[in-house]
Amino acid sequence: MLRERIQASNYSFLDKLRSIDYLLILLIIAIGSISVFAIYSTEGGKFSFYTKNHIIRLSVFFSLFLVLSFVRVSTWYKNAYLFYIVGLILLITVLFFGISASGATRWINLYFLNLQPSELMKIAVIICFARYYHRIQSSDIQSYKFLIQPVILLIIPCYLVIQQPDLGTSILIAGSGIAIIWLAGLNIKYFVYSGLLLLVSLPFAISVLKPYQKSRILTFFNPDRDPLGAGYQIIQSKIAIGSGGFFGKGYLKGTQSYLEFLPEKHTDFIFTLFSEEFGFLGSIILLFLYILLIYRIINVGLVSRSFFAKLYCFGFATAIFLYVFVNISMVLGMLPIVGAPLPIMSYGGSSLLSIMLGLSIVMSCKIYNQEQISVY
Amino acid sequence: MLNRGRNIEKGRVITRRMFILAAAKILLFAGISSRLYNLQISDREKYEILSDKNRIREWKTPPQRGIIVDNFNKVLASNDRVFQLHLILDEINDFDLTIFKIKNIIGLDQFEIKKLYKKKERLKPWDTLVVSDNLTWEQFSKINLYLHELEGAKPVLSTSRFYPYSNDLVHIVGYVGDASPKDLEKPEIKENFVPGLKVGKYGIENSQEKMLIGNYGIKRYEVNASGKRISQIDYIKERQGNKVNLTIDIEIQKYAQELLKGKAGSICAMDIYTGEVVAMASSPTYDPNKFTHGINQKDWQEIRNNPLKPLLNKSIAGLYSPGSTFKPLVALAALEYGILDPNKTIRCKGHNHPYELYGVKYHCWKKEGHGYMRLRNAIKQSCDIYFYEMARLLGVDKLSIIAKRYGLGTNVLGEIYNDEKKGLVPDTKWKRRVLEQSWYLGETVINGIGQGYIQTTPLQLCLMTAQIANGGYKIKPHIIKDESINYKSVINKIKLDQSNFPLHERNYLDDINVEYYQRMYHKKSNINFVLDAMFGSTNEQYGTSYKSRYDDPKYQFAGKTGTSQVRKITDLDRELDLDTEQIEYKKRDHALYVAFAPYKDPRYAISVIIEHGGSGSKAAAPLASKLIKRIIDRHKLREQFNNGNTSLA
Repeated sequence: MLRERIQASNYSFLDKLRSIDYLLILLIIAIGSISVFAIYSTEGGKFSFYTKNHIIRLSVFFSLFLVLSFVRVSTWYKNAYLFYIVGLILLITVLFFGISASGATRWINLYFLNLQPSELMKIAVIICFARYYHRIQSSDIQSYKFLIQPVILLIIPCYLVIQQPDLGTSILIAGSGIAIIWLAGLNIKYFVYSGLLLLVSLPFAISVLKPYQKSRILTFFNPDRDPLGAGYQIIQSKIAIGSGGFFGKGYLKGTQSYLEFLPEKHTDFIFTLFSEEFGFLGSIILLFLYILLIYRIINVGLVSRSFFAKLYCFGFATAIFLYVFVNISMVLGMLPIVGAPLPIMSYGGSSLLSIMLGLSIVMSCKIYNQEQISVY
Repeated sequence: MLNRGRNIEKGRVITRRMFILAAAKILLFAGISSRLYNLQISDREKYEILSDKNRIREWKTPPQRGIIVDNFNKVLASNDRVFQLHLILDEINDFDLTIFKIKNIIGLDQFEIKKLYKKKERLKPWDTLVVSDNLTWEQFSKINLYLHELEGAKPVLSTSRFYPYSNDLVHIVGYVGDASPKDLEKPEIKENFVPGLKVGKYGIENSQEKMLIGNYGIKRYEVNASGKRISQIDYIKERQGNKVNLTIDIEIQKYAQELLKGKAGSICAMDIYTGEVVAMASSPTYDPNKFTHGINQKDWQEIRNNPLKPLLNKSIAGLYSPGSTFKPLVALAALEYGILDPNKTIRCKGHNHPYELYGVKYHCWKKEGHGYMRLRNAIKQSCDIYFYEMARLLGVDKLSIIAKRYGLGTNVLGEIYNDEKKGLVPDTKWKRRVLEQSWYLGETVINGIGQGYIQTTPLQLCLMTAQIANGGYKIKPHIIKDESINYKSVINKIKLDQSNFPLHERNYLDDINVEYYQRMYHKKSNINFVLDAMFGSTNEQYGTSYKSRYDDPKYQFAGKTGTSQVRKITDLDRELDLDTEQIEYKKRDHALYVAFAPYKDPRYAISVIIEHGGSGSKAAAPLASKLIKRIIDRHKLREQFNNGNTSLA
């Protein structure tokens, strides 16, 4: 125990710098730069509000990421539950003091930023679960006593987020939580059973959905049902991507977005714009950058000694994967439109903040990867 | 140590599960990539088209209508400059306010405003609303003055149909108006239609739509999602419709119309060799220019309720008993079939001793009777008794063969006018088929003087006269210049045939179809006999139209009068023997006259009908006489022009 502490405190600054994952930083910078160009394009090639804001946020949050990377992983571990509780409190605050936009109440006004606590909750759940499973013996994992706690911890924020209403984020939170439970080694049969249960209860679940959510799901199965209403986004997005072809229409030449046929092009549909202008080639390259990013995060987990770090990195990698997958499948018309941003690429402070926060924890795991974390 | 072992186990589980997840991720990413491939490479073309459809919007620009000219290239229907006010709907934020402002500037009434709102409902948000298609110069300049206050308003210089000879030609040229749903079913209109385009409603305008309508132009604009124009990409210029060249001579048409002024009736004139209709007047008439921008209710009621029926094109849609104008044809039929010797004499004894058949009496029009008549005199003086007897001997079926051959009972101008009437040439088969009765001999007798079932249009009578006058050759009557006919060779061919007089190879007395410009007669002497008798009718004393004659051989013409009864003449009428003026208008006889001129080397045939005009010799023949002089005066000009010497126009 004493040895470990000495070991941890013995990291010299040079050692820390040496163990930074520079490829990861490079990937973040690459995707970040692409996002600046993409958002510049959504404004029709004018350097104005969105581009400016995005650059400021990227630089602020990237600096924050660099600073927070040097926070000890054990500090993250110790404050994991606190993180979760703060997230929960913020979510409850939204319920009462949140500000609304287009029929949803998701934000808290922090003056410099409209914070979306549900985005932070995505990270909070991962870090909280990583800590929870860090200390549980593998023999105890299968017992109901230890299963019921994370399930409750997951249901509370999901329910709060659904109430906002924000089905997309809620699903992503649930997804990353379940991913960690899976990684921790819960018997596969639980997943099978709950999957079956979900299928059976689907009709009931649909009946409690909001009308707009129902119409989105119906529209997903048949976008031509209402081409100017709910199906409009899917149809226009597919047209934009399809018309891009192999090489794309060229930077700043995407007619679909330039002529404003694309809805929410700087947030959820940023990939559509990118794909229209840079074509199949550009899309595959961007996809490859994300795969690399996920690979680097997993790699950090692999070289970490503590279960907390491993669980966190693997969980976070899965979460990033989920965000990317859900967002792109959505704009490609493979999933219903649920409102999920593309990590780093999409315009939006909270989403960017939570991703950068998550990445800084990954980096901290990397820098302090030899640190053992006491179970108690 | 146990703890350590467990930890190793736990680490293994986490790593294993991570790899399972990673495999799943790779699979799902592969799914995304294949979807991308599908959209961007396999289906690229489909989405490219959709994208272009999205961003490119087309505006159709209306074409100019083809012009209509007369034989001498004088413009009968042109396109005039008009001032219009359009509203670009997607540039308007407050439609009500804009309409209110416009109302104050150009003075729209409540009814017009209501109409505008109705019109707007049918348009798409990016369409153009035509507020007015015919502003006065004053309104137009006012709009331009206040233009900065009117969002979306666009003053437009456009063209619209104009008929310089307004009333004189409406029955020939027709008029245009807004397209009805039925009009839009026609392929030529459906393919070329642009909102606001006027289409032909009647006459040449209607039937020659394909020629006149032209092709619309297309302006392609790049638009954004709300339909706002960003830039013009493409402009395919509209094409004006083709010119339609009529055979009408507007000078003669105008004169014919003038002669009919104040009367109800028709005058038709035709070239007896080429079949060109030179004039086709119908009276009363109306102004087609009123229809272009939608006729107002008052004017429309005035036209509709006029008892003289201006809307009826009397030349082709008015049906009349031919009366005595039919007699030359009856005589020709009798001669052709060899029914009677022209020297046979029949005595007309006046009203005291009428013609009798099975106890029914048939009177001659002449109270005191004509006395002893031979055929030539019977035509010349129009003796009914002679024709009763001749018709009885001839029989109705033979008469109908000849009548149909010379142009009665069928459309003269084919498909040009949708209201053209076929008329009726009765025969025994027709009566049995349609009326399901057998034919009575008495009906044959009155058929002999052009009364009874027989019904003809003025243009048919004109054609009949033309085809007798040209020596019995079938011609192709037409009102639109036919470039495929070489008029000179047609005339030469007929004249050569007339003088050659070869042996007949066909039996022209059967019910046969005759080719154009082929002879229709059996014996040339029969035709000549009839023509000579018609000469007598006009140019010899006791002839029925003697008073209208010209002695100058240049203008000398031959004709036949006719008086068509509109009701049965009773014994009381005969006793009263009233003058035309003393009879109620509706009950007066129709006056008819057919003629050809000049008598030596004839070239034109003419028919005149004056509804309820009384006798043909008094009401119709003098008009024909005046018109014939005008036609012959202009003949040289026409001949020169048609032979390619256009500089004289």
